[in-house]
Amino acid sequence: MLTISNYVKAKTPEEAYELNQARSSRVMGGMMWMRLGNARVKTVIDLSELGLDQIEESDNVIKIGAMCTLRQLEECEALKEMYGDGIAESVRHIVGVQFRNQATVGGSIYGRFGFSDVLTAFLALDTFVELYDGGTIRLSEFVNRKPDKDILLSLIVRKSKRKFRYESIRQTKTDFPVIACSVVTGMVHGKETWYFCVGARPMKAALLEKQWEIPKDVSEEMLAEYARQAASEFTYGTNMRGSAEYRRHLAEVLIRREMSSILAEGR
Amino acid sequence: MEIQFILNQKQVTAEIGADAVLLNVLRDLGCKSVKCGCETTNCGLCTVWIDGKSRLSCSVLAASIAGHEVTTLEGVAEEAEEFGSFLAGEGAEQCGFCSPGFIMNVLAMFRELDSPGIDEIKEYLAGNLCRCTGYMGQLRAIQKYMQAKKTQKMAQRRGEATA
Repeated sequence: MLTISNYVKAKTPEEAYELNQARSSRVMGGMMWMRLGNARVKTVIDLSELGLDQIEESDNVIKIGAMCTLRQLEECEALKEMYGDGIAESVRHIVGVQFRNQATVGGSIYGRFGFSDVLTAFLALDTFVELYDGGTIRLSEFVNRKPDKDILLSLIVRKSKRKFRYESIRQTKTDFPVIACSVVTGMVHGKETWYFCVGARPMKAALLEKQWEIPKDVSEEMLAEYARQAASEFTYGTNMRGSAEYRRHLAEVLIRREMSSILAEGR
Repeated sequence: MEIQFILNQKQVTAEIGADAVLLNVLRDLGCKSVKCGCETTNCGLCTVWIDGKSRLSCSVLAASIAGHEVTTLEGVAEEAEEFGSFLAGEGAEQCGFCSPGFIMNVLAMFRELDSPGIDEIKEYLAGNLCRCTGYMGQLRAIQKYMQAKKTQKMAQRRGEATA
């Protein structure tokens, strides 16, 4: 059970940070996951008045405030224009509209949950996190850090011409994914680069980068070989939703489909 | 702590604990349509609107809604009754326990989407679970309700044109 002694709506990021330095303080996002756990929280810190609920697009980046909801991601035109339907695809299977109207991007990313679709999607893109104290660092670095007492302010996606695909497998609609895969490709420093991100393995999402030049008319066999190679470089685990071997197989299939879809569209 | 918010268009005050969830506060204020069905934040029974958006009141900290506007089934009783008659007409309900949350999300859907197709409807309502039925009656009820509304609107327009 979760018990809370004090509730504070922070007026400034500084206030939120200061309050959060106490061991018994917790920052609340959408409270979707937090309320299911056991904790005695002295002060819960609400960031909802810090203006972190906007998605701002500039020439070079798309900046997503930590308090944006998953529904905002799903309906964001700027993300759709850059990366197609992939971002919406990554969140639309998460429980229901009511849930996505409440679950926050900051909560999903900060939690570094194994089941996180949001993490799996953004880790494959050129993404940074903006922290109050820790500055702006790569999401790929943040994901492997231990949770600390910093405040996550926003997620920053650097715009670049990249193709993005997202797919997940669920045993029933609205459940956690058994496996989630995103594939991104684009030119990086003049080289064709592929990024593969696999989440819900069931461990949290991990990223793989490959400088593969794949011709548009690559044979089915060759493509399957690339997918096998990519999928084999992740580790998988067994839990109630599936075995490690099953997950590796699913990852391989999804990666192949996503690569195939990107190649068919053209880069 | 004391919070003030708007509940079904009326200003209300509630004395709450810092960890009180909205679901319980609403029930204490007499809105018994709001129920907890799953304890795991995914059944949709506790759906209410906060500032016009469907939300799961079981995981909203009541303290955070001070100054906001909450609507429960009691606040849209007339519309809910009208749609409810379509649900009953299709034999969609068995125990009826999930209906209030379901109806709130259906009405939210009608406000957000313009004549949604069957796939859009299914996607929008995926977070509302019913353990008695297979959802077919509910889908028929939604489609018939939308059709009836459309006919109503057209008749209204025709009436205005001839007036």
